[in-house]
Amino acid sequence: MTGNPPFAVCPADDLASAVAGRVEKGARFCGLFARPDGSGLRLMAVVSCHGTLAAEEAILPPGQRRYRSLTPEIPAAGWYERELHDLFGIEPEGHPRLDPLVLPRGPGTEAPCPGSGRTVAPIEPDLRPLPAHVRGEGVFTIPYGPVRSGVFESVEYLVETTGEDIPHLRTRVFYKHRGLQARAVGLDTGDGALLAERMEGVASVAHAIAYATAVERVAGVAVPEAAQLVRVVHAELERIANHLDTMVRHTEGAGQAVAYACLSHHKERVQRLRAQLCGSRFGRGVVVPGGVAGPLRLDADRFRESLRTLAQAIDKDTRRLMGTPSFVDRLRGTGVLSHDDARRFAVVGPVGRASGLDEDVRLSRPYSAYGHLGHRPTAPVEGGDALARQTVRLAEIGGSFHLVRQAVDLLDGRSGPEVWRAPVEGASGPGLGWAETPQGETLVLVELVEGRLVRWHDRSAGFQNLAAFAAAFPKDILTDFAFIEASFGISVAGVAS
Amino acid sequence: MPWVPRGLAEGIVTTRYPRRPDGYGDGFHGTIVASPAQPVDAAGSLPAEVGEAARACPTGAITLEPGRPRLDRGRCILCGRCTQLAPATFRFDPSFETATVLRRGLVVPPLDEDDAVLDAARAELRHRVRALRRSVHVRHVDAGSDGSEEWEVAALTNPVYDVHRLGVFFTASPKHADLLLVTGAGSAAMLPSLRHTYDVMPHPKAVIAAGVDAVSGGLVGSTYATRGGVGEVVPVDVVVPGSPPSPFGLLYAILLGIGLLGAPTKRREEGGAAHRPASAEDPPPEAGR
Repeated sequence: MTGNPPFAVCPADDLASAVAGRVEKGARFCGLFARPDGSGLRLMAVVSCHGTLAAEEAILPPGQRRYRSLTPEIPAAGWYERELHDLFGIEPEGHPRLDPLVLPRGPGTEAPCPGSGRTVAPIEPDLRPLPAHVRGEGVFTIPYGPVRSGVFESVEYLVETTGEDIPHLRTRVFYKHRGLQARAVGLDTGDGALLAERMEGVASVAHAIAYATAVERVAGVAVPEAAQLVRVVHAELERIANHLDTMVRHTEGAGQAVAYACLSHHKERVQRLRAQLCGSRFGRGVVVPGGVAGPLRLDADRFRESLRTLAQAIDKDTRRLMGTPSFVDRLRGTGVLSHDDARRFAVVGPVGRASGLDEDVRLSRPYSAYGHLGHRPTAPVEGGDALARQTVRLAEIGGSFHLVRQAVDLLDGRSGPEVWRAPVEGASGPGLGWAETPQGETLVLVELVEGRLVRWHDRSAGFQNLAAFAAAFPKDILTDFAFIEASFGISVAGVAS
Repeated sequence: MPWVPRGLAEGIVTTRYPRRPDGYGDGFHGTIVASPAQPVDAAGSLPAEVGEAARACPTGAITLEPGRPRLDRGRCILCGRCTQLAPATFRFDPSFETATVLRRGLVVPPLDEDDAVLDAARAELRHRVRALRRSVHVRHVDAGSDGSEEWEVAALTNPVYDVHRLGVFFTASPKHADLLLVTGAGSAAMLPSLRHTYDVMPHPKAVIAAGVDAVSGGLVGSTYATRGGVGEVVPVDVVVPGSPPSPFGLLYAILLGIGLLGAPTKRREEGGAAHRPASAEDPPPEAGR
């Protein structure tokens, strides 16, 4: 188990150049976090380099609200600074466009400052429309949402268009903001895991793992081996379900009725298998800080048999799908995210991997049992279009089955009574945790005082990726929208949290 | 054209529910059942473990009354802590027919005086939506969910649940909608849109609050950005427990919301959730069968 990254402290106005220096040397920008410290604020920028995390910290003393913005040099920091502006009321000087992101506070409304110990009264969001970005003859704005046409999470896309092309797109996620960072303050570590599961419900297991690893680092405990294997089983089944979900949405959009029925049936079978293992279709309650709640509740032979038939059926149908020209043509060349844009916005997960970025934290910073299991090598994918993203996810489904089978065999081969969790109670201090959710790397900052959370910030993969969403549109038309959105596979709940 | 034979080769995978009972086998965490606890003294004090379970509940769903604990399923997120601390009193049950017509109906075991109120509410709902029975259009609105609820709602159109066979369709326009299915803890920025959606729906209409987040806020509760559920903004007719509710639980709630279930009957065992298995009621017509 690796410890916390070294926190280098610099003056607030030097943060931008310190981080930019690291990014120029090849580091990937992973996030910008804040934690109240006395009446001041600590800003922490996290970068990843060659499999390790490093953090640059800057202190904003009490009363100081301004600092030099990171965004001009690091575009990936843009959304983080908007979020910090909404939640902590600090002003990044030189930020290109400081629109509200998660909480549009009206003028004069104080920022909630989660973790500062202040109780915050209900805040009425300021829902007035934003001025248009693109100007010109015949340009108008089409708002999509927040109530969508169909069963979707609420989000608003402002499409600025002349009719067919999409020269500009803005995403407004604040409709789903729930104030979870404030909700977490004061919870004990066990309740924190339940909240982490509900941060991005479709990736409950991975978020709980990321949170738990952060707590375990603070407590300095090692998770029992068997518990690590159980975590892998649940996390990989969750990945399979999520990847199937994006394909179900693609087939629905392309009007492939039979393929839709087949794939949504497979997804349902995965969800039921997960319920057989733990009682919950979303793997809830499995991960607890220090380990897991208990063993897999399915006999190993029956589990292996279910996996075999499921993997075969999925493989057959996805091959058939990728051989259906009327389906593949909808994805090919649609929503191209160039390698440069992907790198600029430090895109993570399958979306990044489809644009030639090679980062999977299961491999680069292994956690749980991933370091001891064999990973199926995946062929590099290029193109950056919706088809490339689909190809990446298909390969990952195969890889996930491979990992689950190994974990089941290893668990089956163990004998004797197992310990499922290590004690983490009463720990104090800050810590970072991470996991590769189905959508990509999630990064969690926790700070504990005697076993209670004083700060919790879970940055989802969607938060990192949605900033790059608008960059995937320039060559596409309105009818491609549904495919591009589905191929990004973003859950708004995790972005707005 | 390889897809057509592929589709036929699978055979029928669709559930027969509600005509026949269906659901998950043992071990599915559908709901938690609270049994009467054996008092430890004449004053009706409960065993220490029951008190411990009540204190450990992350959403405060357990209240202790003389001689018995009561569980508010409208708050219960099914974390199962109480089943570990007081297994003699609280246990998981695979049942999913837990939706009901009034918020107070989610508190189990039910009080005798609740029966008449629930029956009256159910009768009022049946009367109001009597015109809808054979074709129902559902408008879903997410008011701050965690995302899992949408998966379970969307699952209703997969071939296993296939709500189209019951005449239930999801619609894009609220002006075509008969049922409003709301998920999420009531995020403040969504509430005006939610209310607007409800207002433009034609009469008769009914509202389902799906999941504990929509019913009470669930674990999120009331923060500066959420309002502890959606009940203050739209008049809720059917409340569905679960975090998230299962597709079967949602299907049961939709049938309840359109008045196809829930004629007043005698109460069944301590759970008191389903008054009678749905299959025993007048089954809805199934097109093409």
